[in-house]
This record gives sequence, C-alpha cells and structure tokens, in this order.
Amino acid sequence: MSTSEPIIETTDLGQRFNGQDVLRGINLSIERGEVFALIGPTGSGKTTLLRLLDLIDTPSQGKVYFDGTDVTESTGQRLEARRRMAFVLQKPVVFNTSVHDNVAYGLRWRGMSRDSIRNRVDEVLEMVDMADFHKRNARMLSGGEIQRVAIARAIATEPEVLLLDEPTANLDPVSTARIEGLIGDIIQRYQTTIVMATHDMSQGQRLAGRVGMLLNGEILQTGGWHEAFNTPRNREMANFVGIENIIDGLVLTSEDNVVTIGTNHSVIEAISDFAVGDRVHACIRSEEVTLALSPISSSARNSFSGEITRMTSTGPVARVEIDCGFRLVALITNRSAGEMSLEKGKSVHASFKATAVHVIKQD
Amino acid sequence: MIVSLDPEVMQIAGRSLALAATSCAIATLIALPLSSLIHFNSFRGKRLLINVIQTLYSVPTVVVGLFVFVFISRAGPLGSLGLLFTPAGIVIGQVLLVLPIMMGLTISALRGVDVTLTDTAISLGANRFQTAYVVIKEARFAMLGAVIMGFGRAISEVGLSLMVGGNIRGFTRTLTTAISLETSKGEIELSLALGMILLFIALVVSIVLNRLQQR
Repeated sequence: MSTSEPIIETTDLGQRFNGQDVLRGINLSIERGEVFALIGPTGSGKTTLLRLLDLIDTPSQGKVYFDGTDVTESTGQRLEARRRMAFVLQKPVVFNTSVHDNVAYGLRWRGMSRDSIRNRVDEVLEMVDMADFHKRNARMLSGGEIQRVAIARAIATEPEVLLLDEPTANLDPVSTARIEGLIGDIIQRYQTTIVMATHDMSQGQRLAGRVGMLLNGEILQTGGWHEAFNTPRNREMANFVGIENIIDGLVLTSEDNVVTIGTNHSVIEAISDFAVGDRVHACIRSEEVTLALSPISSSARNSFSGEITRMTSTGPVARVEIDCGFRLVALITNRSAGEMSLEKGKSVHASFKATAVHVIKQD
Repeated sequence: MIVSLDPEVMQIAGRSLALAATSCAIATLIALPLSSLIHFNSFRGKRLLINVIQTLYSVPTVVVGLFVFVFISRAGPLGSLGLLFTPAGIVIGQVLLVLPIMMGLTISALRGVDVTLTDTAISLGANRFQTAYVVIKEARFAMLGAVIMGFGRAISEVGLSLMVGGNIRGFTRTLTTAISLETSKGEIELSLALGMILLFIALVVSIVLNRLQQR
C-alpha cells in the first residue's frame, strides 16, 4: 500500500573508508509502505548503505532525509529518526541476558512503562513463535532462534521502517522459510516500510515489490523485478541476475530499432537502437531459448543448429548447453527433454525471439 | 597454628584482607568510571595513555611505596595529615598500586565487547549513555575479573606496606610484612603458617576469577 511520499530519501550519498569509495552517488527514494530490496553481490556496499540509512554511520558525503527532514548531521535528530526505525544486522547478536530483556531493551530506551513493555514483549515473542523462551538466556539459542529474537527485538518498537541485512544468510532451509514467512507476516500486519539487502534474487522477488541493483558501490538501476531480470545495465549485473547467455558482438545493421549483431560465426537479431559499429553484449535468458529436433518455422527470428555439449538436471528443469558456433544455454522442462530424448552429442535447433535479446553496450 | 586459630595470626590475616578490600573498593570506584570515560571517548593521545597505563602494571611496589612515603612523610605535602605508618597510608599506596592494572584490564574488557553489540544497541535507539550501559553490562564479568586481579595484587604486595605502614605490630602488620619479619627472625613455622593463609586467599581469588571468565 504505497503512497508517493518518501519516508527515506538520499541525495548523492557516499561513503569512504581508508581513502576508498565504498559507496558513491546514491540517490534513493523509499516510499512509505513499500518493500524495497537491495540486491547485489557480496562486497557491493549493501551493508554500508543500510548502515547509513539507519543513521548508525555518518556519510562521507551527501544527505539522508527521513520523513522529509535532513538528518545527516544533528545528533538529536539522528537519534529521533533512528528510534522510528529498526535494523536487523546480517549477523545478529544478542545481549548476554534473557530473551525477554533482549526484546525489552529498545522499549525501555523509549521510556515505555513496565506493564506496556511486558505486554509488547509477550505479543512479539508470540508472533515469532517464541512465547516459551522469555526466561531463556539468549546466548544459548540456535542461529535461527537468534535471528527470530533479533526480528522480535526490531518489530517490538513498531518501527516505521524496518531494515534487514541478508535476513536469512547462514540459515538452513527450514529456518530460512520460517524467517521469510515471518517477514511476510510483518508486511501484512504492520504495513511497515521494509528495505532489505539480499544476494538471493528469488528471496528478494518473493518479498519485495521494487528492487535497487547495487554494484561496486553504485546503484545501477531501480525498478520492478521484470526490469531487473530482463534489462540489466551492464555485463556484471547481467551475470548477477542469472543471465547465462551473454554473447559479445558488433552491431552490423540497425534499422527501425531492429539490429543485427555479428558474433564470431553467426548473426543475432535483436530489438535495440544501438548504432552500426557499436560493440555490444547480446543477453538472452536461458528460459527464453526453445529447443526442437528439426528446424521449426516460428516468430522467433534467431534460429541456430548445434550439438548438445552438456546436460544437467535440477528438479523439474533440465539445463542444456549447446555449441552452435557460440555457447548457448537453454532451460527446458525435464519432460520436454525426455520427449525429445535429448542427450550429450545430439543435434538440436535452438531458437529465441528478437524481443528476448537484451542488448548492452560493452564497457 | 592455623588450625588452632592463633589470635595474632587471625588478626594479621583479617587486617590484610580488610586493607586489600578497602583499597580495592576505592580503586574500583575510581577505575571503572575513568576507564569507561577513556574507552567511550575519542581523544588525542588515547593510545599513548593506554600504553602508559599498561606499562604501570609492573611498577615495583617499592617505587609506589617511595612515592607515597615522600608525599605523606612529615616533610611531604600531605605530612600534616599524619598518614605515615598508618593503615590509611597503606590503603593510599595500594590504591595507587592497583589502579593501573584495574584500569588497563577494564579498558581491555570494554574493548573485548563485540562491536556488533554496540551497533545493535545504537540501532535499537540507545543514546550514548544507554549504549555505554549495554557495553559495560556485557563486559561485567571481565570487569569483575579486573577488580579481583587488583585485589590479588593488593593483598600480595610487601614493599609498599613495609615502607608506608612500618610493620607495626597490632596496627599495620600484614600477612606479607609479618612473613618478611618472622623469616628474618628465624620464626619459620609462623612464616609458613602466614604464607599458607596468603596462598589460600590467592587460591580463592584464582577460583573466583576462573569461574567468572567461564561465563
């Protein structure tokens, strides 16, 4: 339930450590009530950015606005704004005290009465399914339980913004599912604005509505998931979002937004407005590639013959690598693979539409 | 002699314990806030100051004794207070002796707290003092260890008590000064009894310290 009013805004935000830029020129606008995912590989600056948004660290440059107020400098304003947010760190730690006290700390610091604290702690521990853990020493809990205490501790203060840094990193699949369910519940129940960093694309997609792609300390693009998955801005990002077919080439012709790209041995047609002579990468998601045993006439403008060089199967999907002058990977259902009796060494015809090709200029 | 609870031996042991405990309590009241102040603030020369404190861990007791002697002897700046050869004089000396070790170990204890805990407190909305409270609370067992180490140093020192206390029977004689005197007099049996009491106290201190460090 988003409105257009940003709760957090940053302008030209940057952070430097030991003379090195860790973040540069971050202009981000988080709307009230939205769930925003920051994705990017390890070391891209996600944690640094979240720490700046939570006002734990002071930026080397740029400004942070919280609810319309510049909170970059003033200690008082920073504390006030921080008390309207909560941050679950990547490797959450618990205080060496009971689970109850761990959750109660933030409430005490906000001057809440003893009775209100007890009720609130009861409520959130119930929500994270840890109602029986009140008196347990938090240091004795498992990784998944500590993560739940950290989330309970964060939501106890009813934050307007919840920042999550890799909330399921280092957790087993069962704990991961549980934490994801919990985050889903929080979104449903409190309509909290959430900014979460993750390197797990599918997790981000399950939970967030909008995504910012962070690479080498810069936000390359923000937008919806379709855009992130299908139209990455550069080769590194294309790799990161799981595009396996990235073919280098040169624009040979360009007419009415249709270009032909010459690769070593073949020509690929794509929808793009690059000019003749531009060096580009043609990116094709492997699920956009269809396979057939004989040439088929379809609307797909790119069709290549080749030989299967490798086949692997994960779950219901088969990953087929084909040598057709360049390496092309196709993802098809195991069922289709079975019906066509696909195996290593077999000749196939691979095709994909010109619209399935995303063209990026080479750096 | 120990088994028969010889009154003089027990009195000396009691005095030693009382003096060390008093010194330790006063030093704790000074060391804990001062160490916290040093740890939680950034200032020029902080590292140097910590190095100086750590160097003073091994200051010889006779040097502290000499320093205090000069200050509280009749001709010294505090001579008018009449503290020389009194238990109070010993306490002043012991406080000065154990302060560096207590402060140094307290600062180490505070530094040993996971920085993520500080970040967690800040992110949960703690102000500067609330953050310091959390960190001190986390370091409490290690800080208590620092206090006990200070107590150990106070009860086992001899040079300072001899110089400043004067080893006056029934007044400033402690376990260590008594051992020193009785041994020189050839009263080995008494010295051994006193030594065993001292060792027993050291053993208790060590057990308590170990248990705290395991928490």
